[in-house]
Amino acid sequence: MDNPERVLGDRTPGVEDHEPTASYLSYSVGLGLAIIATIASFIVAQTNLLWPPGIPVGLIVLALAQIGVHLVFFLHLGSGADSTNNILALAFGVLIVFLVIAGSVWIIANLNDNVMPMRQ
Amino acid sequence: MTVAPTLDRTLTAVSTELAHGRGGGGPAPKRIVVAYGFWIFILSDMVMFSALFAAYAVLSSNHAGGPTGPELFNLRNVFISTMCLLLSSYTCGLGVLSAERREATHFLVFAILTFALGAAFLIIEANEFAGMVAKGAGPWRSAFLSSFFTLVGTHGVHVACGLVALVYLVAQVRAHGLQPAVLRRLLCWSLFWHALDIVWVGVFTLVYLMGGY
Repeated sequence: MDNPERVLGDRTPGVEDHEPTASYLSYSVGLGLAIIATIASFIVAQTNLLWPPGIPVGLIVLALAQIGVHLVFFLHLGSGADSTNNILALAFGVLIVFLVIAGSVWIIANLNDNVMPMRQ
Repeated sequence: MTVAPTLDRTLTAVSTELAHGRGGGGPAPKRIVVAYGFWIFILSDMVMFSALFAAYAVLSSNHAGGPTGPELFNLRNVFISTMCLLLSSYTCGLGVLSAERREATHFLVFAILTFALGAAFLIIEANEFAGMVAKGAGPWRSAFLSSFFTLVGTHGVHVACGLVALVYLVAQVRAHGLQPAVLRRLLCWSLFWHALDIVWVGVFTLVYLMGGY
């Protein structure tokens, strides 16, 4: 981190005299990884390759992996100095998203358990 | 305890023009600031989507005697539209890269590819919606379908807005050339487009692939 060359190499695109730090190659690597994750998701969902009760967990893991690939290779969130603020904002966003989704699912599942069964 | 010494070392070890973003070297370049502001907007959009995801997760088992997900979804079409959106994210990245390298022709080619792939995604999705409504499985049928159409439809509206913005930006590039202000707008637009693909990863995983569980 203290090596100036490393800081330069990690910079997000967005510097005034910008030599673009991304390259066709990095986008292609990202695309390749994302395609692998997508195909794996569709295969896992439609076959019994995974232990069936574990399929939802497997799908969630694959989705998180693909989101990570997108963030690093397409949105260029890295360890560079210019990414620090974006990463902090992202961490806050992830916290809110997690609270909203997990909190809703938790509360409504609890309500469903406790509500009187409806006459069908 | 250790934060302050680390900061000090970073500031002295890195020459000032490299130290943007950690408070050294004066204000960050305009592109960084603009992209950061737009990033905040994207994150707020993600928070809005999280509410729709939560609604879908909560309501997706309430079929009210109507059709369920596996009866309605055609995973082959979903896979094709997923690939369209992913490839359009890729060509969008390459387009912005060529714009930054001042390669106007390459930019135009990539922009057209991005538009075509995004439009293909929208057409597949519109067909799916039309087919579902024709089968009587419209948003009014059950809570599951209401939340499905709200979540997937909101994403589709975002994609449509992105396509309109792309046409507008290409017109700006034609009119003003690849000058810094236009490049900043292109950068923001590419952030928006990549973020939509991230939302779509959540949609196809939660809605289409996990629908059967």
